[in-house]
Amino acid sequence: MDALILQVLNGLDKGSAYALIALGLTLIFGTLGVVNFAHGALFMIGAFCAVTVQRFLSLSFLTVDETQKDFLGNPLKVKTPYVESWFGPEVGTAIIDWSVPLAILFAIPIMLAVGFIMERGLIKHFYKREHADQILVTFGLAIVLQELVKHYYGANPIPTPAPDAFKGSFDFGALIGFEANTIIYPYWRLVYFAFSALIITGIFSFLRFTTFGMVVRAGMADRETVGLLGINIDKRFTIMFGIAAAVAGLAGVMYTPINSPNYHMGMDFLVLSFVVVVVGGMGSLPGAVLAGFLLGILESFASFSPIKNFFENWLFLPSIDQIIIYLVAIVILLTRPRGLMGRKGVMEE
Amino acid sequence: MFGLNQKDARLLLIVALLALLAPFLLNPFPTDSAMAQFNAGYPDLMQRFAIFGILAIGYNILFGLTGYLSFGHAAFLGAGSYSAVWMFKLLSYNIVPGIILSVIMAGLFSLLIGFISLRRSGIYFSILTLAFAQMSFALAYSVLTPITNGETGLQVYTDDPQYLQSVDAPNVPNLFGIVMRDTYTLEVGAWSFDFNNGYYLCAILMIAAFYLSVRIYRSPFGLMLRAVKSNQQRMNYTGLSTRPYTLAAFVISGMYAGLAGGLLASMDPLAGAERMQWTASGEVVLMTILGGVGTLIGPILGAGFIKYFENIFSKINDATLHSWFGFLPDGIENGVVWVLEHFVGAGWHMTLGVLFMLVVIFLPGGLVEGGQKLWAWAFKRGTGGKDKTSGSTNPAE
Repeated sequence: MDALILQVLNGLDKGSAYALIALGLTLIFGTLGVVNFAHGALFMIGAFCAVTVQRFLSLSFLTVDETQKDFLGNPLKVKTPYVESWFGPEVGTAIIDWSVPLAILFAIPIMLAVGFIMERGLIKHFYKREHADQILVTFGLAIVLQELVKHYYGANPIPTPAPDAFKGSFDFGALIGFEANTIIYPYWRLVYFAFSALIITGIFSFLRFTTFGMVVRAGMADRETVGLLGINIDKRFTIMFGIAAAVAGLAGVMYTPINSPNYHMGMDFLVLSFVVVVVGGMGSLPGAVLAGFLLGILESFASFSPIKNFFENWLFLPSIDQIIIYLVAIVILLTRPRGLMGRKGVMEE
Repeated sequence: MFGLNQKDARLLLIVALLALLAPFLLNPFPTDSAMAQFNAGYPDLMQRFAIFGILAIGYNILFGLTGYLSFGHAAFLGAGSYSAVWMFKLLSYNIVPGIILSVIMAGLFSLLIGFISLRRSGIYFSILTLAFAQMSFALAYSVLTPITNGETGLQVYTDDPQYLQSVDAPNVPNLFGIVMRDTYTLEVGAWSFDFNNGYYLCAILMIAAFYLSVRIYRSPFGLMLRAVKSNQQRMNYTGLSTRPYTLAAFVISGMYAGLAGGLLASMDPLAGAERMQWTASGEVVLMTILGGVGTLIGPILGAGFIKYFENIFSKINDATLHSWFGFLPDGIENGVVWVLEHFVGAGWHMTLGVLFMLVVIFLPGGLVEGGQKLWAWAFKRGTGGKDKTSGSTNPAE
């Protein structure tokens, strides 16, 4: 039982990332009717916002400290981050330590701006073109963004640690009445899950309870009629694109302590997120979230050693966890072609 | 000629001549001159021209005729390569069984993937094929390590059985004793031209593949595929099931990809998982749209263009750029070099991405359409341009 709970928990963090990216994809698809192959790149840019903030905060100057000697006997050169010299050592260290959460503040305006520029500068011109053209142009954009990041940040993963307060793990099992040391869970993954749950709730209530959200939902259902009522629906859709970009970016920022970001993380997540969207049902927001968590947990169960060993020993498929999502997606599409919660008439030309 | 009308026969003749005379055409600069770095007439590159030409021709049968945008063709290429290398390991270095098996395996594999993916159309289809390609990559990279040798890649070892390998047969890929990597070099004055056995095999197969694709284009089957592209719903309403036709097109293009994969392995007996990555699939798509989707000769042009510039761009480095722009004032020179260095050397993928976007945005008909527009502009002032609107890819020439 405790092992099962642990697998569910392990699936939550990846599931959250899938759910957030898939949510953004579905938002863009539902509003603008565009399939955004560059959405994974947005996730990656978000992660590199965190890297940038971390690097920026730890910019330092060198001072020669005469009181200390290095191993050659010369006066030791000490690196002092500018932040520490401005705010004093304690506050400064704390700021550097909290660079990942701080990066959220930095990432929101950046991602909104990236989203607006992408939509106004490129995607706007592709509303009337074929879906194939939209896919191709965003695919090209994804390559360009990815290569830019590779050019400036290098090809290796860049470790971006979580704040000290959230490092390490805690005994989750003891909290819910299991024996001690059966369910050990890292703090940050819980933070990630809580964060994404917050964002998902935020997006849903935004669409549900605000006038803006109501208009957007109306536009998703029938764009033309909303336009005829004298509402500038294009502007609202552009804003939604920006929001979707920001959601992907924030998912990326917070994901950095779990997996060190590298330039191709976007594409790795994108393909799986597309599978998530298809499984959830194209155009269905709850479907995207549900399928994201389901597939994340499924992947975690497939990497659970008894199950993995079963596949390896009896079906000769080692590391089943790498392909399980695709296999399940195939089965779902063969039995429920519209996905779990897909609506009729969406993308069925 | 060969059951083609005059126009198609001329096109086939042009392709055949280009392919067979490639060693001359691609080496226009003397070996010692400064321009020699733009020569493309060496065996390895010429082989890739022909092999990726075959891949793009096959891809075009699916994408150009039916409009189904597949992002998974690299999987078939990889399947072909793996099958060919397995034949080398088990039977002998004779490439015939390898190539035959690679075509068959890729055909079966595409039948399986196509059967599932073609249940949906449009975006769903693209996403499904992309997912399958990633799945095949994961399979090749880790899951099926006993068959694919995982990260290391599959290659022939000395302790492999090779049951049919006779003692006096060459110990490298060969066609009944004709060694693929053997090259005859012809020196004419300052020029040298390489005639490579492997290249000629690829070129002849490419011409055959091209001929087959022309026949498919002009057949009732090809017409049916084009009808699927223009309005599948109407086809369905007339009581006709389009799926057998699209599936056939998918399998045919998968077999082309398998042939290309088998040839890749025959030229260099290695097969690695990276051949199946999504970037490889993206490259095929780009070759086809760059040349001209739905045109006959476009994919070959696109494949040649991309492989040529990949080769040239990867060779250029900062020093080369500085020497080229040395005549500019220092500040401007540094600026120009700073911009350009993103695109050369390791930045080739960036160029690929930018090219991808530019072609889709400004030239949806690809090089062929661009050429036609230019032709119209130069010779029939005023009449051209408007009648060849973008987006409608006329499936001809």
